[in-house]
Amino acid sequence: MFRNVAELVELAISKNKKISEIMIEQEMDVTGRTREEVLNFMDRNLRVMEEAVERGIKGVKSHSGLTGGDAVLMQKYIEKGNFLSGKTVLDAVSKAVATNEVNAAMGTICATPTAGSAGVVPGTLFAVKNKLNPTREEMIAFLFTAGAFGFVVANNASISGAAGGCQAEVGSASGMAAAAIVEMAGGTPEQCAEAMAITLKNMLGLVCDPVAGLVEVPCVKRNAMGAANAMVAADMALAGITSRIPCDEVIDAMYKIGQSMPTALKETAQGGLAATPTGRELEAKIFGIPRV
Amino acid sequence: MKYRSVFDIIGPVMIGPSSSHTAGAARIGRVARSLFGREPKWANISLYGSFAKTYKGHGTDVAIVGGLLDFDTDDVRIINAIDISNERGIKLRFIEEEAVTDHPNTARVIIGDDKGELELVGISIGGGKIEVTELNGFELKLSGNHPAILVVHNDRFGAIASVSNILAKYEINIGHMEVSRKEIGKLALMTIEVDQNIEEKILNELEQLPNILKVTKIVD
Repeated sequence: MFRNVAELVELAISKNKKISEIMIEQEMDVTGRTREEVLNFMDRNLRVMEEAVERGIKGVKSHSGLTGGDAVLMQKYIEKGNFLSGKTVLDAVSKAVATNEVNAAMGTICATPTAGSAGVVPGTLFAVKNKLNPTREEMIAFLFTAGAFGFVVANNASISGAAGGCQAEVGSASGMAAAAIVEMAGGTPEQCAEAMAITLKNMLGLVCDPVAGLVEVPCVKRNAMGAANAMVAADMALAGITSRIPCDEVIDAMYKIGQSMPTALKETAQGGLAATPTGRELEAKIFGIPRV
Repeated sequence: MKYRSVFDIIGPVMIGPSSSHTAGAARIGRVARSLFGREPKWANISLYGSFAKTYKGHGTDVAIVGGLLDFDTDDVRIINAIDISNERGIKLRFIEEEAVTDHPNTARVIIGDDKGELELVGISIGGGKIEVTELNGFELKLSGNHPAILVVHNDRFGAIASVSNILAKYEINIGHMEVSRKEIGKLALMTIEVDQNIEEKILNELEQLPNILKVTKIVD
């Protein structure tokens, strides 16, 4: 069983296999399930992700009214063709937003690694899909690669906003997505780890400060930028750029930053954007609390 | 390692909006329900830390009740769990606790009916994963990764050996085991995680053993 990214990459290199394959084999070992069962289970999760994106792209609205409809705006903007960054990046942004808008509306999603950060991995996957035309098996492999990196973060640091802030949720999701994009694009296991490191470095310190305690503001837009971050970091890693700080040390830094982060900034809706005048006003409006 | 399966990371499939505060909360409720063995008539639910501060926004209250009604994380009925529970006449009480707990996402669930009560403390550690840290006053660490049996017994010599002998007879392998007691010589609780599901007849056989008071199981 791999315990950190260094061991994961080493296993992949020594066995001459992809990261996704190492994850699939470990899952079979740990659970005693057959390869077919493990792949089918992931295929079911992939279907849930597809359905959530399809639903979000058409437009949803949350009960609070705080979020919804931005995925549609982005898709329309892409269609016009006058965008500045890039089509794949914006498509990823739109699909990440779509997923989280569905989540905010209490729709069905697949946590990757959490519900609040559920947009990043599928958002990038379905955007990159249009560029690379992967097979169904390769799309499933994408999720195992993302899962392998998330597995390391979850066991060595945290994937909980209440324990580690948003860096632990969208930060982890973004790093997982970057690594998975690199593998799908034909990068090496080392490049996957570099992409994860580069991504997570740029998410360090990100706090969890949801307005009114709802997984909406700023969560939906953080998923958007988490997806964009993953896309750019993947391109950087594929270009041969490496991280001076090894991936495992970045993960450890994230863990320690999370521990020293004040409670007000860890999913308690007491600090950051939640405590802004507008944040408080929205909270009062949603829960019908008279303004003090 | 806290997380063992890739599906702890890519998963669960769930009703939004939060894996820890909605899906994890539902799982805490469902473990309590599973241990209680039937639908409770009433439930007192105490929320601590981040749970206490944000439960309305995350639907944590709704989700725990959903779990008590035996709904899984992806069951859309979770959304209406409180209404459903009201219709079924289950009395609910929610308490926002001020006390600081070891983990920010902690819930204490006390459920009961005319025949009995159960008190359970669960923590939601991220991505929908939970641990049970206390059951009826006994400290324990139950990951929910495996099927498990919980055995309430008198704190006497031979009690543990007699239980493990029966499990050995049926070729059931113990993956993890711990014993917790409140006072020497009084009540104790064995928590035994096993590799396969355990049939009812084995549970009954365990319950017949001297010094064994109650046996319940949790399915993976």
